[in-house]
Amino acid sequence: MHTLKYTTATIFKYLTLILGAFAALIPIVVVLFASLKTNAEYANTGPLTLPENWLNFSNYTKAFIDGKMLLGFGNTVFIVVISIAGATLTGSMVAYILARFKFRGSKLLMGAFLLATLIPAVTTQVATFQIINALDLFNTRWAPILMYLGTDIIAVYIFMQFLDSISESLDESAMLDGASYWTIYGRIILPLLKPAIVTVIIVKGVNIYNDFYTPFLYMPKSDLQVISTALFKFKGPYGSQWEVICAAIMIAIIPTLVAFVALQKYIYNGFAQGSVK
Amino acid sequence: MFKLSNLSYKNQRIFIILAFSIVPVVLLFTFAYLPVIKMFQYSFTNWNGLSKNMEYVGFDNYKTIFTKPEYFAVFKVSLYYFVATFVQMGLAMYFATILSFNVRMKNLFKGILFFPTLLNGVAIGFIFLFFFKPDGTLDTLLQFVGLESLQQKWLLNPNLNNISLAGASLWRYMGMNFIIFLGAISSVSKDVYEASDIDGANRWHQFLHIILPSIKRILQLNLILAISGAIGVFEIPFVMTGGSNGTSTFVIQTVDVAFKYSKLGLASALAVILLFIVILVTIVQRILIKEEA
Repeated sequence: MHTLKYTTATIFKYLTLILGAFAALIPIVVVLFASLKTNAEYANTGPLTLPENWLNFSNYTKAFIDGKMLLGFGNTVFIVVISIAGATLTGSMVAYILARFKFRGSKLLMGAFLLATLIPAVTTQVATFQIINALDLFNTRWAPILMYLGTDIIAVYIFMQFLDSISESLDESAMLDGASYWTIYGRIILPLLKPAIVTVIIVKGVNIYNDFYTPFLYMPKSDLQVISTALFKFKGPYGSQWEVICAAIMIAIIPTLVAFVALQKYIYNGFAQGSVK
Repeated sequence: MFKLSNLSYKNQRIFIILAFSIVPVVLLFTFAYLPVIKMFQYSFTNWNGLSKNMEYVGFDNYKTIFTKPEYFAVFKVSLYYFVATFVQMGLAMYFATILSFNVRMKNLFKGILFFPTLLNGVAIGFIFLFFFKPDGTLDTLLQFVGLESLQQKWLLNPNLNNISLAGASLWRYMGMNFIIFLGAISSVSKDVYEASDIDGANRWHQFLHIILPSIKRILQLNLILAISGAIGVFEIPFVMTGGSNGTSTFVIQTVDVAFKYSKLGLASALAVILLFIVILVTIVQRILIKEEA
């Protein structure tokens, strides 16, 4: 009797897992199928039908060239690299002084960063837009870069957590050797923060790569399109050519998939740490 | 030449504190606090965003929002996303629990359930346009299992379109809740489960008395964040329906009012209200969590 109940539970468990996995995958898998079909094939087959030729990449070429996806990738990489480098640097610097020095105003500084997280960026966009305009940065890549650099408490938090685990006696022994604080930060702290840096790079990287709102609002110029806005442009003119749109979707997703498979372990850690506020 | 190591440690300290905080503080002020101040200021004007002079109109913008039903309707739309969050968290809790124990191909399942969360919002919008379109994935699946009678215009039917969109949103964010719950559950020591096994506890008991308490705090946090999340919905409805047919959300509306209709004053008032809701929710959350600790 007990075994029977146990077996039912096991079957139920796997059934729900498979159902869950199916629900997570099917919307993406059908897009993959459609992206590999020819126009006629797409018109005559249902979404669940497998493509005839798994190596028909003509839609990909079309989407890549017509959608100027290379330009999108170029702009995205430019913005991601500069924003992440800057955010890592400023985040670790703020975390360093907050974790290592007790000074007047340190509580105020911490509080200012904390309070800023209460303000959701989407709400203040109307006014932020005027500031970007006043700085003459509208329709430049620097608008999103500055905003991604702006208020990043999550990075500061992750760095501070790691700094707590780095013994202060390391700093002190370096000071006995006459090292300046700058040297201590650059030569001792920064290299030891490597795991935290990887985490910050992943969490920020995913957010910036996927952000649509900021580039859509601040860089409408077509030369400045990023992956999100390049993809969005398929909406109007390709309304009836779903096989091309599907190829464009896959082009936007593939880098994420590759990064996910390669960095799985770090990504799980990064999200668990980044989200516990 | 100026060298930092020539200074005393006390002076170095002052120098480093200033040098390391100046850029972040300037950015923080320019892109977090200044916009809030400006937004409050705009919300009392009828500024169109272009002209040089703006007229102070007092609370007129706020009055408009609270008296005209068309501005208030977006809150009803938020309810769909709010309800979806509960389903989303229930599913996330279930999968996180069973994947915390021995399961074949555990990592594969974990990866598949989490992956959607990493995807580009615009891509997800398109994926679900394809999913819900007539003769699309959903209709075909229904036909496959013999439920043709349920096929319909998922995104055009005004009684159904918000549910479809909230479903897509659930698909997108379930993995995020899942991975957070998984992390919280894994922080419980294995010994606790073993001890309870010996005491004859079954999985349900373990869930109720070990797992639920360990994720309780994160669960509370997520439940409260669900409110601000539901109000802040943007990408999925924007890409999929453009906010037509009663699917407009608070953020879509604010962007439209500001940038399409050039009513910056009114849009700012909308944003101020949104900000107040979010801050209120956050304060409630902090209080609840403090009481907990």
